[in-house]
Amino acid sequence: MHALEKILAHHAGLKEVKAGEIVNCKVDIAGINDLYPQTMYSFWEIGGEKVANPENVVIFLDHYAPPSTIKAAQTHAEFRQFAREQGIDKLMDVNAGVCHQVLADKGLVAPGKLIVITDSHTTTHGAFGAFGTGVGATDLACILKTGELWFRVPRVIKITLNGTLQPGVYAKDIILHVIGKVGADFAIYKGVEFAGTLIPQLSISERMALCNMTTEMGAKTSYIQPDEVTISYLKEKGVKEYNIFMTDPDYEYEEELTFDVSEIKPRVAAPFSVDNVYDIKDYLGTPVDQAFLGTCTGGRLEDIAVAAKILKGKKIHKNTRMLVVPASMETQMEAIRLGYMQDLLEAGCTFVTPGCAACLGTHEGLIAEGETCITSSSRNFPGRMGHKQGKIFLASPATVAASALHGVITDPTPYLK
Amino acid sequence: MVSRIITGKMHVFGNNIDTDQIYPGQYLDVTDHKEMAKYCLQGASDKFAEEFQKGDIVVAGTNFGCGSSRENAAIALKVRGVGAVVAKSFGRIFYRNAYNLGLPLIICPRIDEIAGHGEELTIDMDRELAINNRTGKSVEIEPISEYAMKILNAGGIKALLNPKRS
Repeated sequence: MHALEKILAHHAGLKEVKAGEIVNCKVDIAGINDLYPQTMYSFWEIGGEKVANPENVVIFLDHYAPPSTIKAAQTHAEFRQFAREQGIDKLMDVNAGVCHQVLADKGLVAPGKLIVITDSHTTTHGAFGAFGTGVGATDLACILKTGELWFRVPRVIKITLNGTLQPGVYAKDIILHVIGKVGADFAIYKGVEFAGTLIPQLSISERMALCNMTTEMGAKTSYIQPDEVTISYLKEKGVKEYNIFMTDPDYEYEEELTFDVSEIKPRVAAPFSVDNVYDIKDYLGTPVDQAFLGTCTGGRLEDIAVAAKILKGKKIHKNTRMLVVPASMETQMEAIRLGYMQDLLEAGCTFVTPGCAACLGTHEGLIAEGETCITSSSRNFPGRMGHKQGKIFLASPATVAASALHGVITDPTPYLK
Repeated sequence: MVSRIITGKMHVFGNNIDTDQIYPGQYLDVTDHKEMAKYCLQGASDKFAEEFQKGDIVVAGTNFGCGSSRENAAIALKVRGVGAVVAKSFGRIFYRNAYNLGLPLIICPRIDEIAGHGEELTIDMDRELAINNRTGKSVEIEPISEYAMKILNAGGIKALLNPKRS
């Protein structure tokens, strides 16, 4: 069995599971975010009265933090009341940040856990050797009622990344490169495991970026075998209980792909799909109206650090605005403590409340008709960040910062040698 | 029980129609299902809202419903009255959401061979075929899994889990 299968088997109380089989699993973390009050409504509609395991439930007020419409404010009020009535202590209010980063910061993610959130990027938690997967509101309501959910055991694809990254190249460039090669529907219904000589060189932050973006190739979940980097992160967060599963040597992967990352240059995904990927040289000089640094994909401390390194003592271009959205409150406080926030504010950046912000086109930095945005977030679909005729380029945090500096899409490499 | 034969006029879309296009982010704070239905597929087509008639079938290429987990996308299609969605493949969260709501999604890897905007399509679940009624040409559809069929036959997961409700 694959480690991902073993996690499902463990949570289903079974010795063995097979790909394609439908199993009912106990869920360790059931996360609800503030886009989906439908979760509460569905819970009542299926006859829910008392939440099965309120200690396993986390509510995140992150996508509308703080609310920009009266309806969103109303939803937040309903969630707070629901949390009080149901004894849900883990309510992450508008100051906390994006669900995935908050879970990591608070040590709520650990190897072997089954994590289900009403957010498609729940694949992020594969970075810790957990089984993370996104669902809709009604599926989450089923977990609230029973503590369990059905899963079809996925087949697993192995992506081996060998080599060492060149200066100016990051996990985001690598995952964009891979998605550009395999396509946005490559891994539908499947798990994606990352292995190879690159992985031990990657921090947890970079691993999270890789696993996060597997959603954009359709993956159900992702996985990186926990190692010393993982263990040291868990120690730092005071996580003592975890369960590391190992893939059996005779496990047969659905497919195995290998990439040499040493030759890869910075990448961009051009409008309007995540698999529309090019070498940055093909788009150098494209004017940029907005640079966006943030989200569960690219708003972690390391991402802000590299932007600060590029922009310290300089001014961003007069034709470009740059939004910086720390992924979580913890990220924000560290960014202040380390002076990055000061550097970025002095360079002319705008700070936004930790959360999802403009990524999904709800508030806090939308783009107008015909405008171009370069972003460290995950999606460049039509209308994703505002007007349908707005253009979104996906890139690494370094590329976002270098592009803000020059007002055009810029290769960050010269700043990072 | 859900009907084993679904017939409707086709509205044809391309590949990778994500849930942002099915249900744009600017309406995510809407909680009323009837209002959600008004914005159905607004991000993908300017004409859909006026051309659509209840029972029509949405036809697409690969990866329909990829992207965000927003159940609003499936709710908007269901409440708008879409009879079924036929595509080469579906985003997995959207797939679960749609079945939970009792909206049939049909996987049909060769649908592009018979798709015609405004033409009538019949989905025959017993013969596992999709048929263009104008040309008479048919292609195979993938059978719906037993588990998904159980949810569909109950009229959605809510009715399955709480039979008292309906």
